[in-house]
Amino acid sequence: MTTTSTPPAPAPATEPPAAPQAPPFLSRFRTPAAFLLGAVLLVGVAPLALSDFRLGLLAKYLCYGIVAVGVSLAWGRGGLLVLGQGVFFGLGGYAMAMHLKLADAAATGETLPDFMLLYGTEGGLPWWWQPFANPAFALVMTVLLPMAVAALLGVLVFRRRVKGAYFAILSQALAAALAIWLVGQQATTGGTNGLTDFQGFFGYDLNDPVNQRMVYIIIAVALLLLMAGARQLFVSRYGELLIAVRDSEERVRFLGYNPANVKLVAYVVAAGMAGLAGALFVPAVGIISPALIGVVPSIGFVIGAAVGGRASLVGAVLGAIAVAWAQSTLSDAWPAGWTYLQGLLFVVAVGFLPGGLASLRTVLRGRRKADGVRTTKGVTT
Amino acid sequence: MTVILNQSFTGVSIGAVLLLIALGLTLTFGQMGVINMAHGEFIMAGAYTTYVLQKSIGDAGISLLLALPVAFLVAGSMGALLEWLLIRRLYTRPLDTLLVTWGVSLMLQQLARDIFGAPNVQTRAPDLLTGSVSIAGVTLANSRLFILGFALLCVFGLAATLRTTPLGRRIRAVVQNRDLAEVSGIATGQVDRTTFFIGSGLAGMAGVALTLIGPIGPTTGTNYIVDAFLVVVVGGIGRLRGAVITAFALGLLQSVLEYSTTVSVAKVVVLVGIVAFLQWRPQGLYTVRTRSLV
Repeated sequence: MTTTSTPPAPAPATEPPAAPQAPPFLSRFRTPAAFLLGAVLLVGVAPLALSDFRLGLLAKYLCYGIVAVGVSLAWGRGGLLVLGQGVFFGLGGYAMAMHLKLADAAATGETLPDFMLLYGTEGGLPWWWQPFANPAFALVMTVLLPMAVAALLGVLVFRRRVKGAYFAILSQALAAALAIWLVGQQATTGGTNGLTDFQGFFGYDLNDPVNQRMVYIIIAVALLLLMAGARQLFVSRYGELLIAVRDSEERVRFLGYNPANVKLVAYVVAAGMAGLAGALFVPAVGIISPALIGVVPSIGFVIGAAVGGRASLVGAVLGAIAVAWAQSTLSDAWPAGWTYLQGLLFVVAVGFLPGGLASLRTVLRGRRKADGVRTTKGVTT
Repeated sequence: MTVILNQSFTGVSIGAVLLLIALGLTLTFGQMGVINMAHGEFIMAGAYTTYVLQKSIGDAGISLLLALPVAFLVAGSMGALLEWLLIRRLYTRPLDTLLVTWGVSLMLQQLARDIFGAPNVQTRAPDLLTGSVSIAGVTLANSRLFILGFALLCVFGLAATLRTTPLGRRIRAVVQNRDLAEVSGIATGQVDRTTFFIGSGLAGMAGVALTLIGPIGPTTGTNYIVDAFLVVVVGGIGRLRGAVITAFALGLLQSVLEYSTTVSVAKVVVLVGIVAFLQWRPQGLYTVRTRSLV
């Protein structure tokens, strides 16, 4: 249990094989140093070095990185295969988009968002749109709404000990249902097109490159803070308990804990992170639509974490960013090739390298078991 | 009254399609506890088999009859190959099989797109199946009746195979207690592969049936796979009876809800209903009784 409690050091450590004998003074500062380096690169260097266009893309990838923090928590640590993160990403995204739409409409003196005028929505603004005119309410909802939905499903599912494959399928079905529902409500949700074409962001002009940079900085800082928070959670008593539940739920139950609650916390926190990512995605990319949150993107949220290393926080986040980057680079130039590559990534990463790239070093050395990923026989039934 | 009967028939025919798809799934899921996301692509393979046969033979009736066994073999071989290449290596990690087979399904979809093109293709139904019969004011499409009959035939065929043949006995033994079956001298690995062959073959035949209700394309299977998994989950893993009852119940519920609300609301309500049902019976309608804690 102790070997799994700390994620592998993110620093490009060129430690000698005799790692345990490394000077304790240096190793103590390795993680904070790597974190600081990452922070400087993301917040300091990237905005200076990258063009507006590339920085916008990076902002998008970092949003996927934020989702990956939650995936690493729920799946990597908790063993909960969350195939429906798109639902929470979408709820956060739509909450934010609805507010931006209403704010844009108010700025031009309209009471209805432009697409509603276009579709001729009858009976004025739907009641469930109305509270989102309030910026504070909308901001709180971007995180609270996904968490509430996750809590509801989580309570129902975990209390009755529905787990493993059942849970994965249910969370996937939820993603399918939400996407289908959004498409069906054309007049109030924008249907297949989703919500797009935002002008302002809390009083700032979104089309101004300076404000786009501000959005990028917000996203980068959010990612860094969440990673630091998640790391603290991993090394806490709760983090140990979560791994214990993943590896042997019955044993944890016999020890007097309620595994349902442990799993619920991980699931709800992961949902909140996905919701926040969705909310930040909207101003950065300028669209939220059912195609971004259905079954396929929901599984896409998992692939990055799987490739990078689900149990390693840094691995999961870097994997998510790298896969998102590869997707937008390759899928434009060579769409068929990307699909094959994506499939192959799944097969190879999950099938043959369950610890992801983060475990490559240990696997190649063949000494220790891939960090964290330990599966017990018969975890599903 | 006529409306209700018409809707019920629609529901029953949705149920028949779900049943055909879930039948193979419940077999493979029940046997090894693995979740085969590529099952949808085996359906697609069956559908394209029909298309190819019709292109080369021309006669819709003969090609449909021929397509059933050929699709069984094609999809079955694909399933056995997948089991041999990947799934047997992931035996102790059932959750990971879900992701691995999802990767396989992505590649197979793209392969179909590269071979047959991205747009959907349409096959001709035999003349016999294009019409409809009218009973007590209810219009029953011949093709839907054929699917219903075929689904029931598959259920009885599979049930008979499981109950009476030596292979069926071995499959049941492995489902009920793999370790005990192993020490009793049953080559469980071989049984697994045969089961996968049969389960995937059934998916292929479901694909043949799907060509009768609409155009087919690279994503044909994916559209049904989540629903089919829900049937297996609610019915209870590895139980034919559960799959039959659940498939028809979900089909009926779906069609009744679609009639009284909209398609999208119906989907959401069905999902809520399933989660509520699992509160009552977390292991599904019928379960294989074991003494295991989990």
